[in-house]
Amino acid sequence: MEFAELIKTPRADNVVLHRPFYLAVEGTLCLTGHHLIFSSRRQDNAEELWLLHSNIDSIEKRFVGSLGTIIIKCKDLRIIQLDIPGMEECLNIASSIEALSTLDSVTLMYPFFYRPMFEIVEDGWRSFLPDQEFELLSLVTDEWRLSCINKEFSVCPSYPPVVIVPKSIDDEALRKVAMFRHGSRFPVLSYYHKKNGMVMMRSSQPLTGTNGRRCKEDEKLINATLRPGKRGYIIDTRSLNVAQQARAKGGGFEQEAHYPQWRRIHKCIERFNILQESLIKLVEACNDQSHNMDRWLSKLEASNWLTHIKEILTAACLAAQCIDREGASVLVHGTEGTDSTLQVTSLAQIILDPRCRTICGFESLVVREWLQAGHPFQQRCAQSAYSNSKQKWEAPVFLLFLDCVWQILRQFPCSFEFNEQFLIMLFEHAYASQFGTFLGNNENERSKLKLPQKTMSLWSWVNRSEELSKFQNPLFEANSLVIWPSVAPQSLQLWEGVFLRWNRPSKFLDEAHEEMINIIKYNKELQAKVNALRRQLAEMETDDRMQENL
Amino acid sequence: VENVRLLDRLSSRKAALGTLYLTATHVIFVENVSETRKETWVLHSQISSIEKQATTATGCPLLIRCKNFQVIQLVIPQERDCHDIYISLIRLARPVKYEELYCFSFNPKLDKEEREQGWKLVDLNEEYNRMGIPNNYWHISDVNRDYGVCDSYPTEVYVPKSATAHIIVGSSKFRSRRRFPALSYYCKDNNASICRSSQPLSGFSARCLEDEQMLQAIRKANPGSDFIYVVDTRPKLNAMANRAAGKGYENEDNYSNIKFQFIGIENIHVMRNSLQKMLEVCELKSPSMSDFLWGLENSGWLKHIKAIMDAGIFIAKAVAEEGVSVLVHCSDGWDRTAQVCSVASLLLDPYYRTMKGFMVLIEKDWVSFGHKFNHRYGNLDGDPKEISPVIDQFIECVWQLMEQFPCAFEFNERFLIHIQHHIYSCQFGNFLCNSQKERRELKIQERTYSLWAHLWKNRADYLNPLYRSDHSQTQGTLRPQMAPCNFLYKFWSGMYNRFEKGLHPRQSVTDYLMAVKEETQQLEEELEVLGERLANLQKSQSNDNKVKSKQQDRSKQLGLSTSNNNLANTPQEYSNDLKSFPSRSPSQGDEEDSALILTQDNLKSSDPDLSANSDQESGVEDLSCRSPSGGGCLPSEDSGKDSDEAVFLAV
Repeated sequence: MEFAELIKTPRADNVVLHRPFYLAVEGTLCLTGHHLIFSSRRQDNAEELWLLHSNIDSIEKRFVGSLGTIIIKCKDLRIIQLDIPGMEECLNIASSIEALSTLDSVTLMYPFFYRPMFEIVEDGWRSFLPDQEFELLSLVTDEWRLSCINKEFSVCPSYPPVVIVPKSIDDEALRKVAMFRHGSRFPVLSYYHKKNGMVMMRSSQPLTGTNGRRCKEDEKLINATLRPGKRGYIIDTRSLNVAQQARAKGGGFEQEAHYPQWRRIHKCIERFNILQESLIKLVEACNDQSHNMDRWLSKLEASNWLTHIKEILTAACLAAQCIDREGASVLVHGTEGTDSTLQVTSLAQIILDPRCRTICGFESLVVREWLQAGHPFQQRCAQSAYSNSKQKWEAPVFLLFLDCVWQILRQFPCSFEFNEQFLIMLFEHAYASQFGTFLGNNENERSKLKLPQKTMSLWSWVNRSEELSKFQNPLFEANSLVIWPSVAPQSLQLWEGVFLRWNRPSKFLDEAHEEMINIIKYNKELQAKVNALRRQLAEMETDDRMQENL
Repeated sequence: VENVRLLDRLSSRKAALGTLYLTATHVIFVENVSETRKETWVLHSQISSIEKQATTATGCPLLIRCKNFQVIQLVIPQERDCHDIYISLIRLARPVKYEELYCFSFNPKLDKEEREQGWKLVDLNEEYNRMGIPNNYWHISDVNRDYGVCDSYPTEVYVPKSATAHIIVGSSKFRSRRRFPALSYYCKDNNASICRSSQPLSGFSARCLEDEQMLQAIRKANPGSDFIYVVDTRPKLNAMANRAAGKGYENEDNYSNIKFQFIGIENIHVMRNSLQKMLEVCELKSPSMSDFLWGLENSGWLKHIKAIMDAGIFIAKAVAEEGVSVLVHCSDGWDRTAQVCSVASLLLDPYYRTMKGFMVLIEKDWVSFGHKFNHRYGNLDGDPKEISPVIDQFIECVWQLMEQFPCAFEFNERFLIHIQHHIYSCQFGNFLCNSQKERRELKIQERTYSLWAHLWKNRADYLNPLYRSDHSQTQGTLRPQMAPCNFLYKFWSGMYNRFEKGLHPRQSVTDYLMAVKEETQQLEEELEVLGERLANLQKSQSNDNKVKSKQQDRSKQLGLSTSNNNLANTPQEYSNDLKSFPSRSPSQGDEEDSALILTQDNLKSSDPDLSANSDQESGVEDLSCRSPSGGGCLPSEDSGKDSDEAVFLAV
């Protein structure tokens, strides 16, 4: 298929662009296979707006006489309005955008066409390999092994080819355990807590069904992570009720009788359309133009977004606490183990492990706990807050995770190497990107699509010093301790950087940020100067002394 | 009383055992733990209510709520002791004479001259001079010199030159409590001004020639504009109801060239109830997100804050952009009018966003114009219906602006919190009484100290590190977003939950930047010294061992300062640092006759941020355990043994 077929009107002149807090600008609109490009040639202020079609969440058209207006709502939550003279042009453009923003073939997506203009220092596809992770682990413990059981994705389609499992469990046993877990997602290592050797594992629900099926190998596997005489905790991210209902469909939960050394805790984290609706309501509230304060607060409340944040953070704190404070190992799972499970395991690591609070460590966390762990990005991030199609599998699971990270960052502004912009950037790229990183639903699909060969990795772009400097937190001072966030409602806030980004003027906040950077920069410069002078003085003095001695 | 337990509000299992002392001025709780001896000091004047709850097996619980939003829960073993304490506190918290207030016994060991200097720090005549007055249009009037015209106004009032004594007196007779229109703020650049008064006694049809002339005079003092705005800050319904009582609002037909405008800010009773409701939300034990947001909305608090802000923005716009003078009033012109005038001044004039300017602003719009501090903040036992968080709301408006304009204010959040604290503490004389007249009669300036001098002395603590006097945000008028930006108004947990340190960010950007700036200053100094030395060395080319050793000292010092800096940024280590800090306090606490030490103690314990330090002793990790996270899912370190039970409470 040629994109040209979809583009009936590639170019329109005298188009007016409206954006909140900006003056309307007139310019030319061009459509290409992957971009909507608006350029104004006003001499004083030439500007261009490039919008990926895949970033477009929904499009509306309106007509007043022969003047057509299209309103474009993006996945990054921005809304722009284009006034296009000419009914036919407007209709053509609208239908082209609609077609181009809803291409169903992944291989037609922009990452397959994108050619980077920057020099690649390090191939991001090879930056975070499981072997490296395991090497780090084997420096501190020899109780775990790297299993290649899933090499051809034959055991578990949503797992990576290699996983870390207890040394004492052989591949044969793993195969049996896989049969006993939903989607074959058998328990694997998620995190090893160096401080006390406790671990966090993740999996999907056990397939106990109504008749209480059991699997000795499964019991053996998870017991293998316990120290003699110690107990562990199973954190089930569903309410007890939901978990019980799952039995009717063949799923279920670990029964006390078969897992006597484990205590099960149910923490209810919502899933799927409940989250998607929450996002839709929240964004609606943020875009509400009314002047009424009460309405804002009740709409914020009714969206339940912050409630979800609180639930997720609480579960993550609990997992972290079991590991760090109770000295117990933890197994986390929900139903599939691809959504709420990953929110909990990844946030717990941010709380526990200072490495995850660095830029590189956080990228590694996203790769391990989200991409390799098989979070179905393509399904979940297909549409954002303005979508009309209510598909069951769309859900802002990853955005909620990023929001939780932002909440912790806000409470510990000096403990993270990255800043808010870094998180916003990840949100944008998860929904629409020129890079292949977030394409596909799991490693299996990614390898079939040959993404590493055919597309560029987001990490190749981010991890260059030009880009990194934008994402560095000037306040960062390595904090090697566990950081415990507060989950009280008073401590949780709306993430304005994402949700109010396009509807509030940010000039004054940006200025403050700049001021902050300058203060720290000046301090560093002075430090360097003082050190240089000190050195110079010391040298001169030794010279003098030598001369004297002569 | 010994063996008293101080409960932690967020976790009932955590309580400190200690001894409770009642002194003439404070309630003091000292923990038994020998190495820390953590102290909690509460001024009697801060106590807003005391509640004796039903006796339980462990003792008799006593709940003390403070005006600075601290809530203290004590369990006293003996019912009789509890009752005695309760009775004493009720009496102590409700003084009937000004002389009983703390400021009359508080003595920071300053000599007479220093005290006088302190009171001179803020001089309103100087302030009006700064605005450019007297000038061709405005002058100072002595019509109220013996409080003869209006007893709640200051003796020195600024009025239009063309308003004769006859007009002023005539106008005052037509205004509630004789509060005639007087100048609050004057804008040099365009002659537009903000004047304030009380409501006119217009009833349904009454009019007053002198009052009309007075408004005319205000308009004429701004030759650039042919009308003035008259802003009634009340809701229209309230203003209309007042007409039945012979009061009301200006009739546009009777006054030439006025534009009349209602701005619906609710009255003190609505505000009092709103705060009450919001505080109930703050006090909830482990509320859900919905409980909290719903409660916050239901309290209406942020709606009221926004209404005050909107009024201030309207006036600032009229003055700065339209060049039109504004007369503001409400009913008596001492609550809403003070709020709105001061918000508008703050938006208009960068001077009021400096530390000194903010003090001046409060003196000008609140203290001198007879805001009834004593009644509103319940300093003396009085009518509970007179109490209302009027200036609290103004202070919050400032905070909301600071959030929107982070570089615009010279001072930081702590400055606001400490001012709020001292409005209730009665430790300084500034906010005593209901009017200048009463304060003069009591000879406040001779008998008490000024808060402003105290704050000024410690100004380094109150600086906003992002402030730069040449920054664009510190120039000219602030223009906050008006329209649909409801989300700009946020709950201020730093104020209303300020004693629940566990709820706040664990690392403070402000403190971090302040430390960096301090270090930068040291570096600058050292750079200079080093530069000099280098030059000398180059000149003489001779070896000077002294220089070298000195220089080493210097570098050692610097090294130390950097490491302190590091400490400041990691709360975990910060707390270790603090553990040694409070151990000094018991010995100081014993020597109560030493007033200087007493101030330090006050600083430490009654000043909110400093007392927080001792709260943080347990370090960040521990604090979080107290966060009300779903049925105590986060048991604390020291309770490792019984924490299983706690974890599964939630199951």
